[in-house]
Amino acid sequence: MKKIIIYTVILFMLMYPLLVGFSNYYLTIFFMMSVYVITALGLNLLLGFGGQVSVGQAGFLMVGAYSVAILSSKVGLPFIVTLPLAGIITGIVGLIIGLSAARLKGHFLAVVTLGFGISVPQIILNWQGLTGGYSGMSVAKPTFIFGIHFYYVVVLITLFIIFIIYNLVNSSLGRAFIAIRDSEVAAQSMGINVPLYKLLMFVISSFFTGVAGGLYAYWFSFVSPNDFTLATSFLILAMVVVGGLASIPGAIIGAMVLSLIPHYTDQFVGLTNLIIGVLMVFIILVRPNGLASIKKMSFKNLTFGKKVGNKGVIKDAEIG
Amino acid sequence: MLKLDEVTIRFGGITAINQFSLEVPEGQIYSIIGPNGAGKTTLFNCISRFYTPASGKITFDGHNLLEHKSHQLAKMRIARSFQNTELFGKMTVLDNLLTGLHPSIKKNIFTIALRTGSVRNIENEARKRAFEVLEMLGISNLASELVESLSFGYQKMVDIGRAIMMDPKLIMLDEPVAGMNNIETEAVTNLIVRLKEEMNFSVLLIEHDMSLVMKISDYVTVVNFGQKISEGVPKDVQNDPVVIEAYLGEGDLDVKAE
Ligand SMILES: Nc1ncnc2c1ncn2[C@@H]1O[C@H](COP(=O)(O)OP(=O)(O)O)[C@@H](O)[C@H]1O
Ligand SMILES: [Mg+2]
Repeated sequence: MKKIIIYTVILFMLMYPLLVGFSNYYLTIFFMMSVYVITALGLNLLLGFGGQVSVGQAGFLMVGAYSVAILSSKVGLPFIVTLPLAGIITGIVGLIIGLSAARLKGHFLAVVTLGFGISVPQIILNWQGLTGGYSGMSVAKPTFIFGIHFYYVVVLITLFIIFIIYNLVNSSLGRAFIAIRDSEVAAQSMGINVPLYKLLMFVISSFFTGVAGGLYAYWFSFVSPNDFTLATSFLILAMVVVGGLASIPGAIIGAMVLSLIPHYTDQFVGLTNLIIGVLMVFIILVRPNGLASIKKMSFKNLTFGKKVGNKGVIKDAEIG
Repeated sequence: MLKLDEVTIRFGGITAINQFSLEVPEGQIYSIIGPNGAGKTTLFNCISRFYTPASGKITFDGHNLLEHKSHQLAKMRIARSFQNTELFGKMTVLDNLLTGLHPSIKKNIFTIALRTGSVRNIENEARKRAFEVLEMLGISNLASELVESLSFGYQKMVDIGRAIMMDPKLIMLDEPVAGMNNIETEAVTNLIVRLKEEMNFSVLLIEHDMSLVMKISDYVTVVNFGQKISEGVPKDVQNDPVVIEAYLGEGDLDVKAE
């Protein structure tokens, strides 16, 4: 059943450009979804699985986007080099932010990441020699072998990142992250080096977010200091909460739903935030485990009364 | 193998443990008993390196434990369970046990990211081992339950199981049967004996249940107000007037507490 869903989705993604006649508008909607899927997965690794809050993910997107812009237009490096480099540079920035995570908790960590998210656009604005400041930077469109459309490259990268994050979460590393979230004391007794693993979470999360930011720079061929702001950070946070903490399908669904909403509401000032806010409150009150848990709920009902029902439910919980 | 030498632990002004020495020999069940608040758990937390003593030495197999951090003890094969359980509540029972293998599982982030064959093999081996331990605890049917949904008695078993997974030389159990019913207590009692006899673990046991302690311990140390007041084989300790007095005193306290 799960396989069928996955294959259907993949088939749909392959057909999508044909269905919309390669319309730039619709491809861009899909593209932004992909960017947010990757970013939400990155934050979910940190927050949902690892229990480390970050309200500065937009900062990592910006670092990734500008890394690509600078490396491609100033240094002249090609896509295949700049994109991983954007991840690595952002990962290093994440490492620095993570150093404070190893010492701080909860509200304090939120304040540090918030400050980071706010300061990145300021730094970019003021570092004119490197970033072009207020006027932004243009980025050459990448070309790919066999003339493959950029869209398919994005699909491939997104699926690959989902695959990687799924593997990380369902491994000894993922267990260590969840262990830290649930009990740092016990995690230490199990031999988990808690500060080190917190750092690792930040590095992984920011690496993938940086890659997403890099894709963004290439897709629009342009970056400017206000592309990802504090509002973006909160939107990403909302995606994870609405979709479901510690759930991979949850982060994906949350990112898709919440990146679509602005397309329909942005012509009315403030409506986007209102809807997202209401949605978040609603989810927290009614479905604290997010949209992803709705599926689990129905599964439980289906198997209600059957003795073996549990196993299926827990298996579901493992992936989501 | 584990040696405490004149260990003193202070919290602010109060001295929780005063000039405490003990030596746990290999392959034995060594018990620490004493009234509530005597300082037993504090002693464990100090060995686990959550607390640092004001003075004294702690060594394990000749290594100075005070030079190590708490997460490094697992590598030295010291495992512990917690009085009030410190489990990973949102993980399944199986995953909780698997964390016990953390120090011994190879963690190459690149092979994990791609879930290569070797990673899958290691995972399968780990699961097999976890099921053996679950079998031993008699809770394999709970493998895929979330830990937070279990009763306290089962949670304590998972806590012990996780420690067993580490294949420790020394396993420290903090009141393993507290909150358990008679059947569970019986099962855990047998389990502790098996840890010593079949798996060759050395056991450092804190326990309130006197009959259990007297039945299975090779050696007993009695603590009161952070000080050793008696020690010896169970029979001697049981008849020591100092011990009887300490426990009578606690009887009063228990009544007041309720
Ligand atoms: N972190 C701490 N801070 C202050 N006092 C503590 C701390 N941990 C334990 N104590 C005190 O040390 C004493 C011994 O407690 P504990 O070791 O838990 O006793 P036991 O396990 O023998 O019942 C108690 O008086 C307790 O209040
Ligand atoms: Mg205690």
